[in-house]
Amino acid sequence: MMDIHLEKHYKNFKIKIEYSCRDIGITALLGRSGAGKTSIINMIAGLSRPEKGHIIIKNRSVYDTSKNINIVPEKRRFGYIFQEGRLFPHLSVVSNLTYGMRLIPPESRYIKMDQVIDLLDLSRLLDRRPAKLSGGEKQRVAIGRALLTSPYLLLMDEPLASLDEARKQEVLPFIRRLSTQFSIPVLYVSHSIEEIVRIADKILVITNGRLTASGKTREIMGLDNFQEMTGAVSLKTLYGEF
Amino acid sequence: MDFLTLTPFETEALLLSLKVSLWAVFVSLVPGIVAAWILARKKFYGKAFFDSLIHLPLVLPPVVTGYFLLVLLGKKGVVGGFIFKLTGISFAFNWKGAAIASAVMAFPLFVRAVRLSLEAVDVGLEAAARTLGASKIRIFFTITLPLILPGILTGMILAFARSLSEFGATITFVSNIPGETRTLPLALYTMTQVPDGETSAMRLCIISVVTAFFALTASDFLSQRLSKMVKGD
Repeated sequence: MMDIHLEKHYKNFKIKIEYSCRDIGITALLGRSGAGKTSIINMIAGLSRPEKGHIIIKNRSVYDTSKNINIVPEKRRFGYIFQEGRLFPHLSVVSNLTYGMRLIPPESRYIKMDQVIDLLDLSRLLDRRPAKLSGGEKQRVAIGRALLTSPYLLLMDEPLASLDEARKQEVLPFIRRLSTQFSIPVLYVSHSIEEIVRIADKILVITNGRLTASGKTREIMGLDNFQEMTGAVSLKTLYGEF
Repeated sequence: MDFLTLTPFETEALLLSLKVSLWAVFVSLVPGIVAAWILARKKFYGKAFFDSLIHLPLVLPPVVTGYFLLVLLGKKGVVGGFIFKLTGISFAFNWKGAAIASAVMAFPLFVRAVRLSLEAVDVGLEAAARTLGASKIRIFFTITLPLILPGILTGMILAFARSLSEFGATITFVSNIPGETRTLPLALYTMTQVPDGETSAMRLCIISVVTAFFALTASDFLSQRLSKMVKGD
């Protein structure tokens, strides 16, 4: 379950979003650059603070201005995978992976180290430093690091943007698999239609800080004004009627 | 006299210089890192004033700084008197005072180096650490501090070198007492004031140059190693 209401003013921009759904699955946030997707994700993570609103994920309220609730980001347990990976350069891959894991009590870890290493194929990278990793490897480590905190929610901000096509093909199935295997809800920011078609169950279309459409992936993509709203080529244009 | 053997007078000045400079760097460490962190990360009313205050010893005549220290930290000084009553520690006319004078003079250089390296740390890494469950204090010690170690080392070396060459504030604050406050520059000054002191003065010059050169080379080497270690290249 997810129920969010976010309002925040920026210099010449305003975010005002209200959305709730029973099942998150993999929900994609789609929109043109500067539409406010990353700002929304940052507010959910607790890295920036909405002026008004609430954030309820899996019946747990992490932010509510009317009840004066504001859980600090380190207590929210939302895994966040950033566009640039943000691995700690002074730590080895294995220390990066366990950085967050070691901070939660063992009994509440529902994702195990071996599982993650297997799933993301990390066994050969463990002793290396981030500087010695390729873009795809870095991103896999970043995903593993967030997963190992056994998060209630995964936030992904264009996690594949820095990867080439071959690597994308390699990482996309991982994301799909981990959301089903560990049943973690995922909020996925992207402006690549291809990625979204492949992994998202639902789409939220964000335009100028507002939610302009939401629904199942296929429904949204079939909308007449899809291209106009998102700046992405619609499936209709790509494949004709379906 | 063997040219390479140091006279007791020279040894005393050299060892005292090293002791005073090491202590000056040591006492600057924590306040320097805190000040650098405040300047790099915090926005507050009066920040420009705080910034100027820290950099003041860089532009004031050292004698002025020394005189302020004498007024403030002397046994009857506002702060010095209080510290003496409380702990029995006095800074007047002893090597501790010399270390304080050096520390104050070198402080802006240290703060500057640390601040620059703090500003170079990607705050995105700290945000990432927060989403992984680390508190701000933990992040400082596990992410920020290791990443700025090369900057801290650079600052320490700059401060050490500055302390070795400290003269004006020291002689004003704690005078020129053999074995207590007569560091290399003060010993050199003494030698230029006595008849037939030229040879001794020249020897002290050479000792100063060698010491400073050695400190800088060693530190450069260390700082490169450390920087490589941190970045993991």
